[in-house]
Amino acid sequence: MPAFGAFGIVETGHFALILALVVAVVQASLPLVGAARRDGALMAIGTTAALAQFALVAVAMAALMHAYVTSDFSVINVIQNSHTDKPLLYKITGVWGNHEGSMLLWVFMLGLCGAAVAAFGRNLPPALKARVLAVQGMIGVGFLTFILFTSNPFLRTLPPPDNGEGLNPVLQDPGLAFHPPFLYLGYVGFSVSFAFAVAALIEGRVDAAWARWVRPWALASWCALTVGIAMGSWWAYYTLGWGGWWFWDPVENASLMPWIIGTALIHSAIVVEKRDTLKSWTVLLAIITFALSLIGTFLVRSGVLSSVHAFAVDPARGMFILGLLVITIGGSLTLYAVRAPSLQGGGLFAPISREGALVLNNLLLTTAAATVFLGTLYPLFLDAVGGPKLSVGFPFYNATFAPLMVPVLLAMAAGPLLAWKRGDLLAALQRLWIAFAAAGLVVLGGLYLTHGGPVLSVLGLGLAAWTACGVLVEWAERIRLFRLPLADSLRRAIHLPRAAHGMSLAHLGLAVTVAGIAAQAWEVERIETLKIGDHMEVAAYTLQLDKIERLQGPNFRADDATISVTHNAAPDGTLHPQRRFFPLQKQNTGQTAIRSGLLADLYVALGEPDPAGAWTVRAYWKPMVSWIWLGGLIMAAGGVVSLSDRRWRVGVAARLRGAVRA
Amino acid sequence: MKRLFALLPIAAFLVLAGYFAYSLRPDHDPNELPSALLDRPMPDFALSGLSSADLAGKVVVVNFFASWCVPCRIEHPILLRLAQNNTVALYGIAYKDKAADNARFLAELGNPYRKVGADLDGRIGIDFGVYGVPETYVIDRLGHIRQRFVGPLSPGRVARELLPLVAKLSAP
Repeated sequence: MPAFGAFGIVETGHFALILALVVAVVQASLPLVGAARRDGALMAIGTTAALAQFALVAVAMAALMHAYVTSDFSVINVIQNSHTDKPLLYKITGVWGNHEGSMLLWVFMLGLCGAAVAAFGRNLPPALKARVLAVQGMIGVGFLTFILFTSNPFLRTLPPPDNGEGLNPVLQDPGLAFHPPFLYLGYVGFSVSFAFAVAALIEGRVDAAWARWVRPWALASWCALTVGIAMGSWWAYYTLGWGGWWFWDPVENASLMPWIIGTALIHSAIVVEKRDTLKSWTVLLAIITFALSLIGTFLVRSGVLSSVHAFAVDPARGMFILGLLVITIGGSLTLYAVRAPSLQGGGLFAPISREGALVLNNLLLTTAAATVFLGTLYPLFLDAVGGPKLSVGFPFYNATFAPLMVPVLLAMAAGPLLAWKRGDLLAALQRLWIAFAAAGLVVLGGLYLTHGGPVLSVLGLGLAAWTACGVLVEWAERIRLFRLPLADSLRRAIHLPRAAHGMSLAHLGLAVTVAGIAAQAWEVERIETLKIGDHMEVAAYTLQLDKIERLQGPNFRADDATISVTHNAAPDGTLHPQRRFFPLQKQNTGQTAIRSGLLADLYVALGEPDPAGAWTVRAYWKPMVSWIWLGGLIMAAGGVVSLSDRRWRVGVAARLRGAVRA
Repeated sequence: MKRLFALLPIAAFLVLAGYFAYSLRPDHDPNELPSALLDRPMPDFALSGLSSADLAGKVVVVNFFASWCVPCRIEHPILLRLAQNNTVALYGIAYKDKAADNARFLAELGNPYRKVGADLDGRIGIDFGVYGVPETYVIDRLGHIRQRFVGPLSPGRVARELLPLVAKLSAP
């Protein structure tokens, strides 16, 4: 009986998850006692428990994945989200395409982070490490309980049905295969900096060494979150067929808020590390970043807000997650209220200084996150006080979020040129004359070329040019480009800390994204109904509908259009947008055809035919749109380069803490 | 002073948690969320029976419905009443509904709509951002979506929100 083997595997996964909860309880308690009593053996349990917890959750994850891959329809979760005809890739990604499976992915990532601290944190002082792992264990207890009691993916039903209900066709896409894991790694990764913050509050000590330990974790999570958000935005762009890439949807905002505060955190931690000040602020940011990740989870799953992304709504789950929020966030903030006043700040600095610039960055970013927070929850707040139903959408964010980004970018070019403690703004600005010139040139040229056009977008491009040139100026200064012989500059570039290269790269990435966003004002959109042989114009392109063919996919059939493209009267290949029909779900999806380029995307989506045999075709010409995601990837790459800096490598932080104590 | 500042985050969070707890109450309807297209142009469409050109230049109410949808049957008498006194130009879009089923539905319960478009595969529904039927959109003379009602209209929502809005938009 082949089902017998599968039966055993699912139960093994279920059992492993229960064991993981037991181990998490141990991890949450004994190391804490050990740290208080300075008992080395008790503290060491944290390391073992964290590794065991990860192994157990990994077994559970593998068991669920096995159930999906083998289409074990005695598991309710598999019935609801899978089907034998589904391609293998989507059987695997279907594991996290639903509430229960995505929560399992969440604790899997949590286990991964805990195990990483346990394995790579050999140089952490034992008490700090024990406390960090204990806090991670507490989070694990909360979420494992949540899964086992309200969202168990291993529940079975008998007799099993012949086949499953299939996965929502919109989610059957390679982009979705990797978007949630990155996003979750980002969200959950911030639990490490959160655990460090709480452990530091328990110890009552935050110093430069602490910042050195926290920053790489925060940076790694930030990189994953950046990639996750960029992927999600790209997925929306090419799947949904609207040509849009960001909708200020509550769930998108839920990922943007921890990203913004996390950005503030990786900047303020620099100040703690270099100048031994801004301590309680940095601890607070670490707590808030993870708190926002949790609140994002809550918003998606509780049914408090409705969203295209929201999972099945269940008030009982909502109440449970709210309870977790109150314990985790409320507990850590209470600890903060008690302990933070005793954290002594160190170095003083003048308002115009590197520290001052980083403080400005922090103020602007937290304000920006607060506006997004307000925009997301405003309808909820108004509803609670019986107020009118207000809409909060693009107009709100254009009026609040966008203006806040202007000073961020303006200051970003100047900040790295200022010295620590006391900087010379005038001298910094003088060195930025090239950036002034470039921005001026872009703005004047843009206004001339598009006169009467979108002035704000021209200014946006100018701002991007200013930032990019500012970054290049700072980088050139560091390696004394054009002042020393090229070979010397090159040598300096090689010896420059990787963190410096990483910063330049990440800042450059933001400039690229901003340029891409600003350029969207010049997009051209055409929607026409075409019969076979008809053509339409979009920007400098002529699109002719040659034929429509019926194709058969693994679990769908498609109407595949052949559209020949003519660019400035010269033939320029063909595009194949499709409309897919998934008989199982009786659902249509569009498959856009996009010709991506650095300068512009040509984007074609196929609509439905009318009875006369004419097809709706939407075509967009979107200048520089790929820059938006390219910039995101460059930012993440900057983070990775910075992570490879030798300062983070084993041993350096430990020596530093020794030096500080001595 | 410093102690007071340190208390600020926890105080703010407690207020927030209170709001969350309040919005989890059972009678809360998260669907009362505005359209992403609010105050933006209505998507262009050309369905058999109805196209966006039919809606141009006047204040209209567009209702997405389907014969297979139970809440639509609940909503139907309200739509009939709305159409009777002719204050509202009501148009229907049959969402993912077979033509024969839809015709039977309207023959059986009465047809409140001036025109009905057949969105056989739900494409136009996706363009409008429909989460599920029924949904109702108020569109002004310039073709901008001004209000969205998710779920069946109730007599209360019609009297309190829909009719005043239509009257306001229709004023010269």
